[in-house]
This record gives sequence, C-alpha cells and structure tokens, in this order.
Amino acid sequence: MALTRREFIKLTGMGLAASSLGVMGFGASGVAQAAAVRPFKLTHATETRNTCTYCSVACGILIYSMGDKAKNARSNIIHIEGDPDHPVNRGTLCPKGSALLDIVHAPTRLKAPRYREPGGTEFREVTWDFALDRIARLMKDDRDKHFIATNAAGTTVNRWTSTGMLAASASSSETAYLTWKVARSLGMVVFDNQARV
Amino acid sequence: MTNTWQDIKNANVVIVMGGNAAEAHPCGFKWVIEAKIENGAKLVVVDPRFTRTASVADYYAPIRPGTDIAFLSGVMHYLLTNDKIQHSYVKNYTNASLLVKDEFTFTDGLFSGFNDQTHSYDKGSWDYEIGDDGFAKADDTWQNPRCVINLLKQHVSRYTPEMVSRICGTPQDKFLHICELIAGTSAPDRAMTSLFALGWTQHTVGAQNIRAMAMVQLLLGNIGVAGGGMNALRGHSNIQGLTDIGLLSNQMPGYLNLPTDKETSFDEYMKTRQFKPLRPGQTSYYQNTKKMTVSLMKALFGDAATVDNHWGYDLLPKLDIPLYDIIKAFEMMNNGQMTGYICQGFNPLQAFPDRGKIRAGLSKLKFLVTMDPLDTETSRFWQDFGPQNPARSREIQTEVFQLPTTCFAEENGSLVNSARWLQWHWKAADAPGIAKSDLWIMSGLFQRLRALYQKEGGAFPDALMGMTWKYTDPWEPDPEELAKEMNGKFLADVTDPVTQVTSKAGTLLDGFGQLHDDGSTASGCWIFAGCFTEKGNQMARRDATDPREQGIAPNWAWAWPANRRILYNRASADPEGKAWNPKKPVVEWNGSKWVGIDVPDYVVTQKPSANDGPFIMTVEGQGRLFARNLMAEGPFPEHYEPMESPVVNVLHPKVGPNPVARVFDHDRSNFGKPGDFPYVATTYRLTEHFHYWTKHALINAILQPEEFIEIGEALAKEKGIDQGGWVKVSSKRGEVVCKAYVTKRIKPLMVDGKATHVIGCPIHWGFTGQARKGYGANTLTPSVGDANTQTPEFKAFLVNVEKTSAPVG
Repeated sequence: MALTRREFIKLTGMGLAASSLGVMGFGASGVAQAAAVRPFKLTHATETRNTCTYCSVACGILIYSMGDKAKNARSNIIHIEGDPDHPVNRGTLCPKGSALLDIVHAPTRLKAPRYREPGGTEFREVTWDFALDRIARLMKDDRDKHFIATNAAGTTVNRWTSTGMLAASASSSETAYLTWKVARSLGMVVFDNQARV
Repeated sequence: MTNTWQDIKNANVVIVMGGNAAEAHPCGFKWVIEAKIENGAKLVVVDPRFTRTASVADYYAPIRPGTDIAFLSGVMHYLLTNDKIQHSYVKNYTNASLLVKDEFTFTDGLFSGFNDQTHSYDKGSWDYEIGDDGFAKADDTWQNPRCVINLLKQHVSRYTPEMVSRICGTPQDKFLHICELIAGTSAPDRAMTSLFALGWTQHTVGAQNIRAMAMVQLLLGNIGVAGGGMNALRGHSNIQGLTDIGLLSNQMPGYLNLPTDKETSFDEYMKTRQFKPLRPGQTSYYQNTKKMTVSLMKALFGDAATVDNHWGYDLLPKLDIPLYDIIKAFEMMNNGQMTGYICQGFNPLQAFPDRGKIRAGLSKLKFLVTMDPLDTETSRFWQDFGPQNPARSREIQTEVFQLPTTCFAEENGSLVNSARWLQWHWKAADAPGIAKSDLWIMSGLFQRLRALYQKEGGAFPDALMGMTWKYTDPWEPDPEELAKEMNGKFLADVTDPVTQVTSKAGTLLDGFGQLHDDGSTASGCWIFAGCFTEKGNQMARRDATDPREQGIAPNWAWAWPANRRILYNRASADPEGKAWNPKKPVVEWNGSKWVGIDVPDYVVTQKPSANDGPFIMTVEGQGRLFARNLMAEGPFPEHYEPMESPVVNVLHPKVGPNPVARVFDHDRSNFGKPGDFPYVATTYRLTEHFHYWTKHALINAILQPEEFIEIGEALAKEKGIDQGGWVKVSSKRGEVVCKAYVTKRIKPLMVDGKATHVIGCPIHWGFTGQARKGYGANTLTPSVGDANTQTPEFKAFLVNVEKTSAPVG
C-alpha cells in the first residue's frame, strides 16, 4: 500500500484513537513485526506490579522502568500497561489508564516545595525544613489559641475546629491510617475526604 | 460493592441507574458485557442522558434528574401489587413481618415527629412494637396492618405509573417495561445487580435513593446471591479505603463512630452500642463493638490506654454537631472561623460546590497547605487566571504552601477497590525532584509538633504525646509496619477458650474473631484484621484461581471482612441452607457446616434450624424494608424535589425539597428560581478524563481539550445555539462561558405536562494542566448536601443558557 506523506500523517492522527499499525494498512505482517520488536524494548526494563491510580475498579498494571535500582542509578518509568494476570481487568485499560505514563511524567508534576507569602503574586521555591517548620508553627499557634478542651457543660471534648484537613483518596491505606493518627492526635474534627465527591 | 466486579457476569438483569459504568468504570463494565454474552443478561439503563452505557443497553429510559425515588417507589408499587416478590426471602430474611408502633404516621409529605422550627424529626415513633420479652413483635401471616410490608404497600401506593411518569418524565410504557424486566428476577434462581455511583449519591436525597433500590433488591431476594447485590461503583482508587479507615469528620477506623459531647464517658459511649438482638437467636455481630473499640484504642495509644483511664477515651476529640463536613468547613471559612486548611491530594476549588464560595473561603484563611503530585487549582486560588479564576493576589493574605508528593508509581502500599479488595502495590521509581511521600510529610509535621509541645507546652498535648509511634523509621514509617498495625496483634499471651491454643504476645491476629475487650489485643482497623498475618502479607497474594469461574477468586489479594467476597452470602441459600440458584451456589449447609466458594457470612457451624437471620450485622438479623431511626428523612424513602427544581412537588406541594436538609442562610439566598433559571442541569464525567487530574496528562488533554456543555437539539434550536457554538450558562451562583455540544442524547421530558429541558455539564476543566482553561462546572452548583451524608447536590440544579460570542483573546 502506497501512502503519500500527507495521507500518512492523516492516518497517524487516526491512530491516536485506534492505535494499531493495522489501521495504517500494514496488515498482519506489520502487527507481527511490532509484536516481535516489543520485547526488545522491555527486555532490559524492570517490571513492577502496581494498581491504576484512577477509579476503584483498581485495574492491575505493569510498570516498566529503566535502571536496575543500583546505587546512583535513577529509575525512569518508560511504559505502563494492563496486567494480564489481574482477575478484573485481564490486561485491559481504559482511556484514562492507558495514558498513565503521561500523568507520571506530566510537566506539571511538582518537584520542590513552594511558598507564597501573604499578598504575594508568585510562588517561590523553599526548603522542606522551611515549609514544615513554618506549617508546624502555624498549626501550633492556632491550636493553642482555639483548642476547645471542655464545652459549656464542662464535658471534656478536646477538639480543634479552626484548622481542618482534606485527606487524599488515591493515597494508600497505610498513608490514610497514619494521616488519621496525626489529625486525631491533635483533636482535629474538620476532617473529610473525597467520599462525597 | 456487596459483590465483586467479576460477579456481575452472573446477573440475569443488570440495572445501571445513578451511574454510567461504561464511561466511568470501563474495565469493570466489561463484566456487564460478559453477563450479556455469557448469561443472556438484559442491561437496563435509566439516565437523563443517553450515555455510552445506554448505547449498549437492551432497554433505556430517560428520567428527570433528582426523581429516582419516585421511579423506584413506583417499581416497589408494581412488585407489590403484581405479587412479584420473592416470598420466602422477604418473609424469612427481611423485617416485612415486624410490627411498627401505632404512633408512626406519614401525612402530607412528613413522617410523624417533625419539628418545623428545627427542621428535624423526633424519631421516637419510627420503631417496632416491642413485646414484654424485649423483642420486636411480628406477624408472619402479614394480616396485621401494622406489619412493615403493609405499611410499605400503603406508602408506595401513591407511586402509580401515571404518577411516576408525571414526576420523572419517563414515558409510562417505558417505565412499565422496566418494571417487568426487574420483576423477572423475583424468581429464586434469577438475580439482578444494581450498579450505581455519584448519580445517586450527589442529591439532597442521595442516601434515600440508594435505600430505595436496596429495598427493591430485598423484595426480589437479590441480596447475598451471585449476580445480585447493591454495587456502589466508587470513585477514587482508594476512596473505599479512606472510608474504611474513617477519614471523615465523625468516623474512626472500621466504621466506629467518634464520640459526641453527649457521650460524656466511655460507659455512656458503649451504652448506646449494645446492639442487643431485637429478635430471638440473632447474632447481631455489633455486640462485639467494645472489643473493636478497645482494640482500636490500644493500637492508637498503647500503654496510654488503660482500664483505669477508660482506654484513653478523653484522648479522642468529641463532636458537638453531627458532622464537620466540607460544606460546613467552607461555611466556617467564609464566616472567619477557620485559620488553616490542609488539602492532601484534594482539589476543593474544583471539587466542591459554589466555586465562588470556595475561593472566598480560602481567601480568608491564614494558611493553606496543599500536598499533591500535581500543580492544583486550589494551590493557586490566589493567582489571577482571568475569568476562570479572577483573583486579586495582593489583597489575599493567605500563606500558601505547595508541597510536592509521590504518586502511585513511587510508593509501596495497599488500596481498597470498590469490591473491598485490599491490593498491595510496589514502587517502580523515585519521585521527581525532591518530592516526598505523604508518610514522610505527615510524620515530619507530627515530629515537629511533638518537639514544639515538648519545648513550649501548650493546649492538651496528651493525645499527641500518647499516640503510638513505634516505627523503625519514625520520620517515614514503612507501609508494611502500618499495615500490620491496622491488622492488629496480641499484646499478651492469650489462650483461646475453645481450641486451647495460646497465642503469644506480639503475634499478628488472624482475624477480628480474636479481638478482646480487656486490652490484650490491638487492632488499628478491625475490619482489616486478617490482611497481614503471621503467614505474611495477604494483600500481596496473586493467585487468580477462580473455582467454577464464578467470579470469586478467593486467593487474589484479600477482601474485608474476613476475605469474604460476597456480603450477606448466607442469603444465597434458602432457610434450609440450599442454594436458591443451584447453578450458582455461593455457600450451602452440608449437614454439619456452611461450605462453598466464598467465606460464609455466618457462624459456620450455625444450623439452619437455629433461625438466625442472614443479616448478621443488624439487630433483627434481617434486611430492613423499614429503616427505624437510622435515616434523617424517614424510615421509608419519599420523593422530595431537588433543592432547585423546575416544578412543585405534586405529591405534597407544601413539602417540596428534603425537609431536613441542612441549608446555611447565605446558601439559601443563592438558590435560583425556575422563572430565572428554567433548565435542569446535571454534572457528569467523560470517559477520557478522571476528575481534574487527567487534564495534566497530554493524551487525555488532547482527547478532550476544552470545556463544553451538552444540550438537546430542541432547546438548541429554540435558543439559536449552533453545534460547537459559544454559550453562557448561568446559575444563581455564577456563569460559565464554553462551547455547546448539540446532541440527540438528551431529549426534553414531559414533566407534569410541561416540556423540561436537561443540560449536561462535564466537570473536568480548570486553569492548570495541559487542557484549555475552563471555569469548572462547580461554578454553577448549589452548596447543599444530602441530609445524612452532606454529599453535595451536583446532579440536579437550575441554570439558564444563552447563545454568546467567542471570548476575546
């Protein structure tokens, strides 16, 4: 099948929606060739089992990364696909899960803590120590000022209502449990998660 | 979910109402297609829009947003008047026979006990007649008019097909056809599964929507069986886990409740949690609540929780109001009652209703902390992004900390999926830059606060100092250590009275059956007990073997509770213990014990003749058609209009919307009237996007690059709106300028004789990421929630729409 450059580009665009070499008219041999080349790409990659971060079907995924985890070798994720062993998704992924690589490497991934002063018009990068020291200070000052140890009836209630927290519903259960312990150890009751939205 | 994703394939009828699984849960929806192909199942879809789920349905019917209770009450009316209920199941496994107090009434839209000053109920009459023996009275012949089943018949008798059509706009013939399909599953060997999501929860009557379908399922005998159940298709990957662990204002891990001011002592707290059986011989498993609670307190506070200090009861905060939910939090912010807010992986500027109110609230804080892998809108609420985020930075005095975190691919840990499976995952790479895990950040704050209190003293440091923190690395605990802490362990040598086996102190628990209330066991989340035992990390199991290919896969990962995959599975068998559906048994009585492909949800040696009901978590042992005092609005669901509605409530014009919904004054003044905002709007999600994250991913941003609304051809023609043309959509709270997608998928509905147009508002755009800037559908939505849960009413509100020109620039 002969393609002009213009037609090729047009068909490649279609391939975004149905990404298969077959669509471009290479037929079975092209698909076979792609299948034969594929293992080379992943041969030297490290395979890690994980779960899709989006909805709670919780599809099994395989993450492929370069780098052997040796000292000073920084792993770089190069490919993510559905886990064929997983009893629910059996290797498939949806339009969201198929694009997981793009969220891992999104240009808007945050790389360092940033701080914005009162009335400021920009963020500036700060150290972790600056950020966490300052947050802890602000939390303690507010807590000491507004903590409610007893209510009007004299009952011990030990609650803190003037600082609140929203917890992350795509974080692990282990993170969730630790977060619960921290929030409640301070008496925090303005506390919620994405269960409602 | 009561059942598993794969179990959907066992259904004879799949009803998707209050959700759009084909687009929102595509890889789970495959099992619906499997049910159609392999099991000849019929897929029924009821939705305001002709969704992609509808496009593969055997039968589709439209419905006006916010009228599901009327539809489902109509279904119950059909089942009861046409005798299409599973009699033996209803009689033996539900509270149909129990007698309700004479004082319980329902008149003109209100149940007995309404107080119109406080907009709440005195629920004293919402209960059974209790006999001298302390048990609820019953009439198994159903002759007594006060039987639950007779009161239910009476309650739903108003929901005739004519009335359903008048309220919902669903044509009568379509409604009746769906009733027939549903009714077919009243046969003991046939099952229907209900798949739902935010389409049901995000209403001022959200919880009652779900109750209504649960009641339909009980009448049909579809709970506990293969291919049946109430299957909430949950949102985020670990929203189930966060709910299980109680990261909600009023919750503690394992669905235990935080104490309230009224519970002045541990004994008072326990007094209302006796869960004494209300029928003879019932398990009423929550009678073990003290064991769960004491074991939690030992996990949290260790040696600081003792018999003498009532297990550290006063170390827990108490609540003076039912909930400090998010709507309440932003009301407090706007009233200047809040100083700080921490948003961990959460983007409220996009996710919560009445965006203007959210932005104003954040602007009044002294400090805001965001922890996220991505550059969220919330972290930049103070920055001017034009009409999509008009902000005067210099006037906003909030200090903002934007903390970068790891994402799923950069950490170990477990997530709980919709089917309650705890699945372990492994780290593949380090985070970019100097981003850190949430565990590291939360520990860092905790350690710093401890140090500050140690140095300076301050308000009540006892709980902070007493909280257990025995981790190998106290600055970033290992997820496995935390998983073991949730699972629980013995704190002393304990000898089992039955087996005489002694478990040594320090040994991990095998399950919650080993919990004690004397301080000899600790468990941070009792329902997870069994997930990480001496045999290792059960959540990391990867044996996908599935006996009879019935969708259980018992050795894949681990499911709470007790690795049980189908809840209430005792109800899959008849009272004698034989499967209702011999082709798809789940558990059966073999003469000496309960056996099957799943872990029995029952005492395994309990004889069928013991008459112990299959719903072992309830005090009746039965499924509840009458909810007693457990719901805010009433023991039966009733149709109330959305807070913003185009019509009066034709059932009871004086009681329009939910009479017990909590509405703040300022929010009430921000509700629109149909004269100004004549169209019904509903928000939804696209299959190419996940909330507000995927606009940061290039492929997804390309696939659905810009904000739009979906509008029917008839309304578009009437308003002169072209395909792809610009429109201004407005509500009482704000306006969105975006493109219109003119569609055949939404058609006007005839509601009470009047054509009613519905507009669809996908939610995904904001002002960070790679997609084009958008206003966000939450600019339009009202700040009011479900009366039980405070889940915001995103699915039914009023807007106007006008043709406009393309924005300049």
